[in-house]
Amino acid sequence: MSLLHFAVLLPFLYTIFVPLFFKKLPRIHTGWFVIVIPLLLFVYFLTNFPVQTDSPPIVHSVPWIASAGIHFSLHLDGLALLFALIITGIGTLVVLYSIYYMSMKREALHNFYVYLLLFMGAMLGIVLSDNLMVMYVFWEATSVSSFLLIAYWYQRKKSRYGAQKAMLITVFGGFAMLLGALMIGTAAGTFSIREIIGMRETLADHALFLPAMLLILLGAFTKSAQFPFHIWLPDAMEAPTPISAFLHSATMVKAGVYLVARFTPVFGGDMNWFWIIAIVGTLTLFWGAFMAIRQTDLKALLAYSTISQLGLIMSLLGIGSLALNPDFAAEADWFEAAILAAIFHLFNHSIFKGCLFMVVGILDHETGTRDIRKLGGLMSLMPVSFTLTVIGGLSMAGLPPFSGFLSKEMFFAGVLAANTHTEQWTLWLPIAAWVASIFTFAYCLILVFKTFTGTYHPDRLDKKPHEAPIGMLIPPIVLALIVVSAFFFPNLLSYNLFEPAIHSVLPGLRLPGETFYVKIKAWHGLNTELYMTIGIVVVGTLLYRTYKKWGDVYNLLPHKYTLGSLYDNGLAGAEKLSARITSTYMNGFLHSYLSYIFVFIILLVGGSFVLLDAFGYDLSTNAEIGLYEYILAGAIAVLAGFVISVTSRLTAIIAVGAVGYLVSLLFVIFRAPDLALTQLVVETITTALFLLAFYFLPKLKTEVTRIRVKISNLLISVGIGALFTLIGIAAQGSNQFKPVSEYFQNAYELSGAKNMVNAILVDFRAFDTMLESVVLFTAGIGVYTLIKLRKSRKGGQQ
Amino acid sequence: MKFPDVILQTAAKILVFIIMIYSIYILFAGHNNPGGGFIGGLITASAIMLLYLAFDVETVGEIIPLDFKIIGAVGVMLALLTGFGAVLFGVPFLTQVYQYVNLPLLGKTGLGTAFVFDLGVYLAVVGTTVTIIRSISEDL
Repeated sequence: MSLLHFAVLLPFLYTIFVPLFFKKLPRIHTGWFVIVIPLLLFVYFLTNFPVQTDSPPIVHSVPWIASAGIHFSLHLDGLALLFALIITGIGTLVVLYSIYYMSMKREALHNFYVYLLLFMGAMLGIVLSDNLMVMYVFWEATSVSSFLLIAYWYQRKKSRYGAQKAMLITVFGGFAMLLGALMIGTAAGTFSIREIIGMRETLADHALFLPAMLLILLGAFTKSAQFPFHIWLPDAMEAPTPISAFLHSATMVKAGVYLVARFTPVFGGDMNWFWIIAIVGTLTLFWGAFMAIRQTDLKALLAYSTISQLGLIMSLLGIGSLALNPDFAAEADWFEAAILAAIFHLFNHSIFKGCLFMVVGILDHETGTRDIRKLGGLMSLMPVSFTLTVIGGLSMAGLPPFSGFLSKEMFFAGVLAANTHTEQWTLWLPIAAWVASIFTFAYCLILVFKTFTGTYHPDRLDKKPHEAPIGMLIPPIVLALIVVSAFFFPNLLSYNLFEPAIHSVLPGLRLPGETFYVKIKAWHGLNTELYMTIGIVVVGTLLYRTYKKWGDVYNLLPHKYTLGSLYDNGLAGAEKLSARITSTYMNGFLHSYLSYIFVFIILLVGGSFVLLDAFGYDLSTNAEIGLYEYILAGAIAVLAGFVISVTSRLTAIIAVGAVGYLVSLLFVIFRAPDLALTQLVVETITTALFLLAFYFLPKLKTEVTRIRVKISNLLISVGIGALFTLIGIAAQGSNQFKPVSEYFQNAYELSGAKNMVNAILVDFRAFDTMLESVVLFTAGIGVYTLIKLRKSRKGGQQ
Repeated sequence: MKFPDVILQTAAKILVFIIMIYSIYILFAGHNNPGGGFIGGLITASAIMLLYLAFDVETVGEIIPLDFKIIGAVGVMLALLTGFGAVLFGVPFLTQVYQYVNLPLLGKTGLGTAFVFDLGVYLAVVGTTVTIIRSISEDL
């Protein structure tokens, strides 16, 4: 365990105490206790700053499931540090903001902060894990905790809907990613990302290379809300605004971007990687910007703008990956600049989008609505919020003097470079980027001017608007200051933060000692990029002014053909289908269920025995069967026959118990005292339980069944009996696998136990035993709740 | 159950103690002789079951005023924590160690983390089994 491990686990451990703070100290907002954690982690990560590109990154490893190659290993390189700083930095501001946003009296704050901490820990886990399997665990943990966060106001139907949608889509992608990770892990023979990157030359020819790439991309695209999986993001806006600010600016959706950046060294040289990411990214960029304009809810507008901006970052990562392609070695600098643009924009987007979400939260909080049609003329009432929106919005639009301008210009440089330096038809890239940026500019204008200028309609608002409390304004002000200062001093960050990050995305591109000197300039002459920006401003303003005239474009596509309704209908259809399938076989008769189980066993086990040609018997090595054994076996057989012929349940139960006791006698003969003891006690307990349970059953009576059912029953029971007899006999002679017994022969030396059975249970196979006790206990609690819940409901009716 | 059975009750009063002591012996003996947490747990549960058969639910509840759900949960936690304990020492999950120490009265005794794990299994089995029995019989 290292400090880095502790940093990742700290948010998880701290969740134990959050409910205590909430219960025991109800007068102090729980957020004040929680804010310590992100702040502490932020400072901790700052102490690792800056990462030296030359020295090997910090790696710590703790063996976890070593036999499967799964180690809890963490690494801190430039990329991980950038993300860790964003997660904890914005996390701190979000918690501060939430202290003023979330009412202490009305809200279940302990749930809120527990989910938030779980989410933060999981995000840190993703960006710091070196082991793919560990990363996957954290990946799914973000899906689950974001589900909880989105459904925080679970009383609302829309919250539950949004949470389920986000969960289904991201878990689907996560599952694809798991498959991809397994494939790449199999191909490389290791789950360590560092080692996989190390052998990227040999991996490219592996048969699993392409499928693994596609599956990992699927995971990244679903998480980062790329077209056509973007539909979950607008619905996820039902979460409280601090959560939206955190999930959708800095963390959740950036996980997909992180995944793509992290795997760029592995897949980057491949043209498929470039094409898929560039096309999907650009399409998302365009579609998100286009759809954002029609939104009337400010949060929905920001949601679509997030989708669009993520598409922008994705497409830049796609273009930048060409730097690793040997065909473009001469132009690598251009593509490396695209990676820089991606990382810079990722940083910018986290900052200004966090700021904008917080301002929208303030608007919602102070006016009671987020509807653009109701808002207007708030400039004089909320001057600080207005300034913050202008800074955030114009940074997003890509105007100077805000950091968004720099990364937008670099984005244009990237798409233009992709067009000039690849000898393929990529003219669509700059054009699509330009058109999308026009829409981006237009919706930024809507965001700023529709809300704050125009006529003020106090009658449309639920509350009398006024400026927010200072605590709520501090976090967005901090972010806005970063936006402005990043414009004037971009190189402060670029050497220390972006350069090491680029180095992790494109390792081995440079010789040791040689670095890609990152210099971000605000003014680089009258070039195509600048003309593109001027064009955007002109056309974008025009679009904004004439929105009423062309707004009908959105009604061209009927609602039932949208992706959202496709999802809804698909989900409803799947539910209907599964209900129909389930009702065909879940008919409530125990008899049917037993038949399914037995038939399945006969087919599966019997079938595999036939296929493997494993049936056979070799009795030559057997000892002679003694008289005592004959008698016991005969008695068991007679009793078993007796069970089916009796007419009273009680007799049947006792006869079954007797069979069990006789079996334990057999164990005694074969000198297995542990087994005999266990069998004896289990038999006692189950007999008593049967007696208890059967008390509720009606009297046994001869059922009138059709002859066909009787015959099939007979076939199944004879079949299963015969199968197990055959397996028992076959187990004697055949050896399909290497026996494991030699492993246990050294039991005493290995575990200090003279009782080998117990040593196996508590030491060699302790993992099985542990999970079995968990299952046992869960089953017990299940029985308890089934009975007790039913009783309390009965009591409620009386 | 419904009617008092004097013979059963008298016998149970003595037998329960014998079974209990035997079950604890079995739990401890597991390391070197037949036995272990699982069997021990089941034997303890069967002793409690005998009480339930001889007396009624309320009486047994007064004799053993324990919440067996919690006992089961404690057991599962114990089993899990011994696993995590190994991780704290930098060895893989669930690695068991043992050591011979000289204890007063007992002499040279082998102590192992496996026993703690076994104790967890024991408690989980007792807790679960009695919880099931109790919930069903309270429903009668």
